[in-house]
Order: sequence, then C-alpha cells, then structure tokens
Amino acid sequence: MITLTIDNQKIAVEEGTTILQAAKKLGINIPTLCYLEKINEIGACRLCVVEVQGAKAFVPSCVAPVAEGMVVRTNTPAIVKARKLVLELILSDHPMECLTCVRNGNCELQTLAEQFGIKEIRFDGAKTEYPIDDSTPAIIRDPRKCVLCRRCISVCKEVQTVSVLTAQERGFDSVIAPAFNAKLADVECVQCGQCSLVCPTGAIQERDDTDKVWAALADPKKHVVVQTAPATRVQVGETLGMEPGSIVTGKMVAGLRRLGFDKVFDTDFTADLTIMEEGNELLQRIQTGGTLPMITSCSPGWIKFAEHFYPDLLAHLSTCKSPQQMFGPLAKTYYAEKEGIDPADVYCVSIMPCTAKKFECGRPEMDDSGYQDVDVVLTSRELGRMFKQANINLPGLPEEEYDAPLGISTGAGEIFGASGGVMEAALRTVYEVVTGKELPDINFKDCRGITGVKEATVQVGDLPVKIAITNGLGNARKVLDKIRAGEADYHFIEIMCCPGGCIGGGGSPIPTNTEIRLKRIDATYIEDERMVLRKSHDNPAVKVLYEEFLEKPLGHKSHELLHTHYTPRGLWQEEE
Amino acid sequence: MVACECKCEEPGKDELSKQLELIIDEYRGKSSGLIQVLTKAQELIGYLPKWALISIAKGLGVSLQEVYGVVTFYAFFSLIPRGRHKISVCAGTACYVKGTNMVIKTIREALGIKPGQTTPDSRYTLEIVRCIGACGLAPAMIIDGKDVHGRLEAEQIPEILEQYA
Repeated sequence: MITLTIDNQKIAVEEGTTILQAAKKLGINIPTLCYLEKINEIGACRLCVVEVQGAKAFVPSCVAPVAEGMVVRTNTPAIVKARKLVLELILSDHPMECLTCVRNGNCELQTLAEQFGIKEIRFDGAKTEYPIDDSTPAIIRDPRKCVLCRRCISVCKEVQTVSVLTAQERGFDSVIAPAFNAKLADVECVQCGQCSLVCPTGAIQERDDTDKVWAALADPKKHVVVQTAPATRVQVGETLGMEPGSIVTGKMVAGLRRLGFDKVFDTDFTADLTIMEEGNELLQRIQTGGTLPMITSCSPGWIKFAEHFYPDLLAHLSTCKSPQQMFGPLAKTYYAEKEGIDPADVYCVSIMPCTAKKFECGRPEMDDSGYQDVDVVLTSRELGRMFKQANINLPGLPEEEYDAPLGISTGAGEIFGASGGVMEAALRTVYEVVTGKELPDINFKDCRGITGVKEATVQVGDLPVKIAITNGLGNARKVLDKIRAGEADYHFIEIMCCPGGCIGGGGSPIPTNTEIRLKRIDATYIEDERMVLRKSHDNPAVKVLYEEFLEKPLGHKSHELLHTHYTPRGLWQEEE
Repeated sequence: MVACECKCEEPGKDELSKQLELIIDEYRGKSSGLIQVLTKAQELIGYLPKWALISIAKGLGVSLQEVYGVVTFYAFFSLIPRGRHKISVCAGTACYVKGTNMVIKTIREALGIKPGQTTPDSRYTLEIVRCIGACGLAPAMIIDGKDVHGRLEAEQIPEILEQYA
C-alpha cells in the first residue's frame, strides 16, 4: 500500500492507483473532460492537473500514479487558474452555439465552463472548419464542436473493436475522423452510437428525426402507431431528470398518448414473437443438421458488424428479423387489415435505445409490407426531447396500459433489453416446447449480468444445450474467432452490440456508464417479475396472431414478413 | 524514388506491391513495427499511396485509421508523390524573426498547400527547413536545393514560384 496526502487528508491506496482514483476515494472530485474510466485514460485535456509537492510542473492526475509520501493539492488558486486557462483555450476554438446545440444543458464542456465561472475568453483565433458529416442515417459528426478528447476513438477501438475513427493531422489541423477524412457511411462504422454516448459535447450525436414524427402526428390522414423497445421503459425517465433505473412503462405509454399517437404498441410483443420464430428455428437447425451455432439477430449494430468483419459467418445468424422489424410489417398488414385502415396511411414510429435501428429501418430489404415497414426510429433521447417540447411532465403522469393487440407482452419480451435476456427468454420457451413440461424455475440466472462473455450448458430434455452470451462487440469477436477456428461447440449464442445490452445502447440517455447500466438491468428484471405472464409462448396476442394470420412459426407468412437475409459487406479498405 | 520521365525502369504497382509485402513480412502481425514499415515503404515507393497503407494495415493487423493517423501526424510521411520542385522555407532564427511566417502564409495562399504537402498537379512540394546559412538574406527560401531567394516580400513570391514550371 502507498500512503499519500491529498488536500490535507491521508489515504492509503494500492500501488498503481492514479491520483485521480485516490482522490475519488476521499470524496474529492477532480474535474475531467477526456477521462473515461478504464477506456480513455490518456491525460489529454489537462483539466485534471493537480499540484504535487516537489514536482516541477502540474501533474495530470488521471494518468499519474501515486507515490509514497506524496503531498497533493487539488484546488489551489494556481490550479484553478490553470484549469480556467485550459477551458478558455478549448472554448476559443469552439462554436458558441450552446443554446441551439442538442447537448444544451447536458454538455460536459458547458458544465465545466459554468463551474469555473468562465466569463470571457481571452483568446481570439482561427476556428476549426472541418465540415459536418451527416452521411449516415444514425450518427452525425460535427468536428467544430470536438474537443479532441478521443473518447470516441477509444470506445470504437477498444470496446467495439470497430476502429473507424482516428486522430489525424496535427496541431490546429487535428481532426477525429475515419482515415482520409472519409465519411462514416463509407467505412465499416456499425452505427452503434457508443461514440455519441461518450462524447462530452455535441460533436457526435444521433440524427434527430423528431420533426418527421411531429409532422406525422399533425397529419390527420396518418394513423400513427408507435412501438417502444424493451429498454426504453427503464431509460426514458432519465431524460426528464428521473433517477437511473426508474421504471416508467405506464407513464411513457400515457405520455405517448398525450403526444397524439393513435396507438401505443410495444416492441415487447414482437420480442415474444421473435422467441416463437427464433426458438423454433433453433430447434429446426438442431434437428435437421442446420448451421450451428445459431446466433441471435436482434441487434442491428451487431448485424452490420458481422456483415463487415465476419461475412463468412453470416449463415450462423438467425434469419429472424429484429423485433423492431417484425413489428413494422405486422402493423402494415395484420393490424391494418384487422382495423380496416389503408396500410399506406399507417405511419410506424419506434422508440429505441439505439442509433443503429435508424440504419436498420432504412435497409432496402425492410419493405415486406409493400411499404417501408418502419417509417421513423427515435432514440430514447429524442423521445425525451419530444416530451419536453410538448411540456409533458412524465414523472407526474398516471400509468396507462399499452393498446391491444400489438401492445400485449410478457416478461420474456421485456428482458430483451438486458444482455442475456434474449437467451433467457428463448430458453423459457424452448424448454417447455421440447419437454412439454413446465419449467421448475424460469429464472436463468447464468444468463444475467454485465460480464462480457457468459457461457452455460442448459439441460433441455435429453439435450444439453450449450450457450454463450456476449455484449460489446469486442467480446463478440472472442466468440466469433472461436467459431471461425472451428473451436466452438455452442448451439446458441446471443450477441448484443452494446455493453450491457440494449439498456446501454447508443441511443440511451446521457450519461450512460457501468453504474447506470447496472441500475437499468436491475429495473429490467424487476419489470419482468411484475408481469403476470413471463414466457413468450404464453402471450395470448401472439397465439391469436398465429391463429388468425401467420398460421405457425416458420410458416409461409412468417418467412415472408418476419425473416430476412444479410449482405456481406467486407471491409471498406478492401473495396479498391 | 525519383520519377523517371521515360519510365524505363520505374517498377509498376504490382512489382512495388510485391516488394512491399517483403518489407511487411518482417513485422507481420506486429503493430509495433508500424513506423519502421512506413519508413521503408516510403523509401521504396517515394510516398505512401492508399494501396500501400491498406497493405500495411492488413499485414500488421492494425486498422487503416491507425495507420493513417500516424502517417498524417509525422511531417516526414507523404501521402502524395513529391512535386517536381521542392520549396524549402528557412525557419532559422534570423529568417523566423524576419518573417518565415509571412513567407509560408503567402505560399500557402498561392499554392493552397501546407508545409509537408504537394500541390495536386505535382508541381511543388513545400517544406520548412532549419537555417540554410543565408541569414543576411533573411527571410529566405531555397528552391530545388540550389536557388536561394532572399529578402523575400509577399508580393515577389508568386512571381518567383511562377519561374518553376
């Protein structure tokens, strides 16, 4: 142990601890801007500088390890002055568009400027003029607002192993972008939006599609239906100031009605449907010697990742569309028919914790209803924005129920939002379908939690089913490389693009960190336990859907509307 | 490598690509060899074309973004072929005091390139060098390593550049 003094308080910490971490243990909060625990610890921004007795210069506390007898001061007038200088320098090359910026009120740079009482910026110089990249349907990059903290580079490279961003050029000309300053749409960006979650400013953000939704809601001809992803009910409250982990299911439904949606439906319904299709697909593959392991296909960031980096493994992906994309065609066929509405007038909106869903809904093959199946995808953040604009006080709303039939769901659909949830939901159904017996305990605890790679063997009748569950694409790689090497004997793998699963998706409220992810996961399983029905095959509306329309899982209509194919994309660098 | 006008002995891309693979072989799968490989690749080809960066990224097992980041960070590396005329602007103390910045700014404006870059028509490459020993002529520049132009004023510079076709 190393003993040191920080702001007159003594503390003993393990060797290798940074001054920043040691200070945190004492409850001393040193300001940071580029720092992201375990992901981006590079000492780039210099806001975390502290005075160390005997050191010639200020020390960046996020990278400086503690030493025996060290005496640290974190808050002297000289330190405050240095931090203010750093902020002024950053702000001198920052567009002062705070009032019209999407991150107004939720920006780390703005918060620091306020905290340090920056009243004037003494430096007046050139401004970065790199153009905005709005080439993708999901992510917008505005280098003018970039503070070069490199969190996006780190999360893209280290966590997601996608690596489409780099710092290029140097000095004033530095810019964070794909090589050759290419556009995101032209590289192997999977549009997961993890970069937008960690960006301290508005330099990387989701494409805001709220205007399209406002316009549809105002159009009397349009019958506007909305579906809400499993994770949104444990997220959206945060955008309106509620505590992380707040469950707002009923309030969100009420809020959506007040916004003017004609029907408020639930992606949990099609999550249950996904289990019916995917569970049966798994059994069919096992029984007929199909390609195994089968891998889930709910996560559009993961799908695009597979298409770029593992095109040789696409046969392993379930052919099931994601729950979002199962919902779209059903809304415009089954539901429209049932209600006697012209499907051309049905406008299908989804609320997702995800930016990649915006890409997914625009995929050219997603038009099996004869129309674009899902018209617009809004992230949890954008829905929060709509509530704000409409002056809807979400916390004060009553709890309301989803509409039938596409809003009826089970706990199995709900847990899709957490890593391991799709697997658990599938096991609940597959077990009972195969054995014909009721599950003694429907909680598959091995599936749960935030661990990067989870493995288990589950006895289903005579068959020991080997499963793996990964979250975060870097963890997916570990399992995919095993498959490639022929060393994987799993039957079924769940892969979620984002750390923690959808509750940590790129369209989640900001901030999203490990602590907040865990709270949302807890909330997800609380919500599951509250449900009367917790197995997808018990969903009465799904049963009716099969009776009235689809006939049977993997039937002709299912194949037409609920299953899809994938596009090998390869790597951008190999195209030329 | 200096481009040969008759192209008699200039190896084609296929040949260069083969030789580049030999360079990469030494560091295959090792990201730590990036700068060495880039240096040798530039020696071989004369600059670092995109295809070379892609081969290097694949060979060393790093992303193209990483390779590109390093290439654009160091002024030593060039993504485009060197120009026919090399403009070396002196940034020694005397020249610096007398107006190196003005000289660079004027050239930048005239040619649209920054130090380390080459014009798209391959006519000029601009670089900054340390004292060229012509302090009495500050601020000064040398073109093509032999023609010293001194006591530069902004107005003269475009005319001087025009002389080099």
